[in-house]
Amino acid sequence: MAREETFYGVLERRGVSRRDFLKFCTVMAASLGLSSSSAATIAEALETKRRLPVIWRHFQECTCCTESFIRTAHPIAGDIVLNMISLDYDETLMAAAGHHAEAAAKQSMEENRGNYILAVEGAIPTGDDGIYCCIGGRSALEMLQEEAKGAKAIIAWGSCAVNGCVQAAKPNPTGSVPVQAIIKDKPIINVPGCPPIAEVMAGVITHILTFDRLPDVDNEGRPKAFYGHRIHDKCNRRAYFDAGMFVQNFDDEGARQGWCLYKMGCKGPNTYNACSNLQWNGGVSYPIRSGHPCIGCSEKGFWDNNGGQSMYTHLSGVPGMQIGMNVDTIGVMAVGAAVAGAAAHATISAVTKKVGESSEPNDK
Amino acid sequence: MAERIVVDPITRIEGHLRIEAKVEDGKIIDAASAGTMIRGLELILRERDPRDAWALIQRICGVCTTVHALTSLRAVEDALDIRIPRNAELIRNIMHCVIYIHDHVVHFYHLHAADWVDIPNALKADPVATAALAQSISKWPKSTAGYFRDVQNKLKAFVDGGQLGIFANAYWGHPAYKLPAEANLMAVAHYLEALDWQKNVVKIHTIFGGKNPHPNYVVGGMACSIDINGDNAINIERLNMVSRLIDEATEFVNQVYIPDLLAIASFYKDTAAYGGGLGNYMCYGDLPTTHIRDSASFLFPQGVILDRNLNEVYDVDPRDPAQIAEFTDHSWYENSKNGLHPWDGETAIKYTGPKPPYDTLDPTGNFEGKYSWLKSPRWKEKPMEVGPLARMLVGYAKKNAPTHDLIKEEVDKVLAHLAVGPEALFSTLGRTAARGIESRLAAVWLRQFFNELVANVKSGDQSTFNQDKWEPKTWPAEAKGVGLTEAPRGALGHWVQIKNGRIFNYQCVVPSTWNASPKDHKQQHGAYEASLIGTPLAKPEEPLELLRTIHSFDPCLACAAHLTDSENREITSVKVLG
Repeated sequence: MAREETFYGVLERRGVSRRDFLKFCTVMAASLGLSSSSAATIAEALETKRRLPVIWRHFQECTCCTESFIRTAHPIAGDIVLNMISLDYDETLMAAAGHHAEAAAKQSMEENRGNYILAVEGAIPTGDDGIYCCIGGRSALEMLQEEAKGAKAIIAWGSCAVNGCVQAAKPNPTGSVPVQAIIKDKPIINVPGCPPIAEVMAGVITHILTFDRLPDVDNEGRPKAFYGHRIHDKCNRRAYFDAGMFVQNFDDEGARQGWCLYKMGCKGPNTYNACSNLQWNGGVSYPIRSGHPCIGCSEKGFWDNNGGQSMYTHLSGVPGMQIGMNVDTIGVMAVGAAVAGAAAHATISAVTKKVGESSEPNDK
Repeated sequence: MAERIVVDPITRIEGHLRIEAKVEDGKIIDAASAGTMIRGLELILRERDPRDAWALIQRICGVCTTVHALTSLRAVEDALDIRIPRNAELIRNIMHCVIYIHDHVVHFYHLHAADWVDIPNALKADPVATAALAQSISKWPKSTAGYFRDVQNKLKAFVDGGQLGIFANAYWGHPAYKLPAEANLMAVAHYLEALDWQKNVVKIHTIFGGKNPHPNYVVGGMACSIDINGDNAINIERLNMVSRLIDEATEFVNQVYIPDLLAIASFYKDTAAYGGGLGNYMCYGDLPTTHIRDSASFLFPQGVILDRNLNEVYDVDPRDPAQIAEFTDHSWYENSKNGLHPWDGETAIKYTGPKPPYDTLDPTGNFEGKYSWLKSPRWKEKPMEVGPLARMLVGYAKKNAPTHDLIKEEVDKVLAHLAVGPEALFSTLGRTAARGIESRLAAVWLRQFFNELVANVKSGDQSTFNQDKWEPKTWPAEAKGVGLTEAPRGALGHWVQIKNGRIFNYQCVVPSTWNASPKDHKQQHGAYEASLIGTPLAKPEEPLELLRTIHSFDPCLACAAHLTDSENREITSVKVLG
């Protein structure tokens, strides 16, 4: 029966050989950071399941999450949308409009009750009975409450759906709240970031498809595979932090050398995300690598986390945001350690050489 | 007796748009355009550091990512009299050209194509004939029969699978679809290719701005340093990557997008007969070849055209309170005064529409009441259309503009190809064609700006940031500025007031507010509304032609409705200094 067709069934009729299919599964396992033995699990999963129905709602948002999603390099968005999931509603991409679009959503939710994923992009305005966001004459608030009921799980895409993001920043004029403030009785996978990295979004979806279970999450509901470390932990400028070599001004000598941006207000030490690990847009770069401090866009309340000061304020000057010690102290300690040969990181030689020249070139 | 149709949500756009229209004898006779979501970002900006504004306000929109950041930087730098280094100006221009190309290609294939392309009909195509068609219009190397057969098989498997996903419940088979099956199949193939392609061109943003969507900038220049001998800055490897991405983008625009656009347009010349709407067009101008204060150097010239008269182009000065004003007669606000310049902007929201769920926003039946979160900006009290068509028309008509000859040549080429006169530009088809024409130009200019960046670096200038006025102590106690850009969707302005180092007031008047605005104090329709009047509907219960005309503007509603002032605070009146 057509409705029960599996992912592999689709591929098979597309003329994809079993060998190519297994090769695909191996590549997918690798891209998810799994051992090659996981490829068999993936293959089995894809051979026996029909495409997962997804209802993707847009509420108070800017569509940067959808834009990010379509940038994914592995797997590519076209494959996800056409071969892996059944994207039964998504205002940005769907061909149908108006009541025909809403009817498609309704039909899918009825047919797949208890089995569809509700993906939410955007925050939900609760002020004045939810009138600040209406779709098809219904409020976002009412839609979310209604559509969450039949969902197997909810994916909250981006900082808007996870933490409220920009519209919930002070003074939050529309009473904007995230999904988890409204829905309490369903599993919610929080995928923060403004937007989240494309391959993280693709990874969350394919994790569910492949392993037939939701990814393990931390105490804030974030998938551990992508939010398990601070950007600081894997930053390509980390060695300069340890060595106490800091950019003092944009485009100063330290900036051109790629030194640490901590004093420029970098939130890397307080931000859990995969930017320094996966990097952006197919691994091309990420904000710190391209010279701008991390603004902490995957952290709760990041627009208001600067103690009322500029986002370029050095964290040590922001109450409650220090990372435990004065950077200059850390720097001196780390340089000492590096010189003593306690660390064997490849960049250390460059660091120690630079330290010898000057640790703070523009310090007036 | 007029029939009422409602399309809500208008899909394949950014944001939440509702259209209510009256239809009589198979034609739309009246229409109301309603923005149904609001966030209040300008209010949130108040009291914040102006150096942070670009980041927050960039979140107005992730589809037109970067453009609000750029406009904000220009506004703050205008207010604080900050001059940016040549390299920073060039990098910003490069990033701006990239968003034109990315946005226009994605719009054409992923947001607009389903209005012209009957996707399931592609199953009836002959792959050999499709290859012949594709090879006759372009030298794109993939256009073989085997390739199109493979795409067709993919589509067949998808349709046979019974889960139609994003293609479910659309108006397939509608009589207003006119492409032969082979053209439909070619377009489906390129829909998929464009989806894959678009992820690459934005890597130019990632190189200079660290990520996309929402790359990073900095007030005073760019945060990405250049050091041709450095291993942690923009060096030759990074520049090579940019150069290669530019070549690939240009190739795709010239070998796929433009040939497809022209081929599809040739079957839809009937859509050149409607959808023109207002006939008033406005551009602030953009892409400075010297610096942002020198508007005479802009590649997109500024100007206003009225009543489709291409013999006269008026100057536009967004700093002049007599020129730009916003009206709220049909918007959910209760301002103490109407028709204020953005500097004096007042934004007291007061929802008076029906409680959701609702069937109509127009209980009077004549759109006499308030029906949208969008205000109605007007130029000298006239409604304006902004966007690619406005840019191409102003360039076409403004004889003393430096790019007049080039723009005219490109526009005339397309008109000749389609064997239509310039009057065809004032239409649904004209709008869609203009977007393609300027994408070609943006690709040419992208390469020029990049070459200039390389030449400037080669000459020894590696500077990307001006430190002089970074510290707030260097700023005047009070300052005000305006930032203007031509976003992909049209003329965009941010107006900022800074007091004691903090944002005192911030106002944005964005392209989709101009285009999607409701009626004004004189009951003049906004651009969407005006363009719909006269649009024929072959099957009013499936208003495909309505979608076509609305999508020809490339709506972006998160941009259009972003204001609120829940405290009903009156903003102090401020005069703008030239």
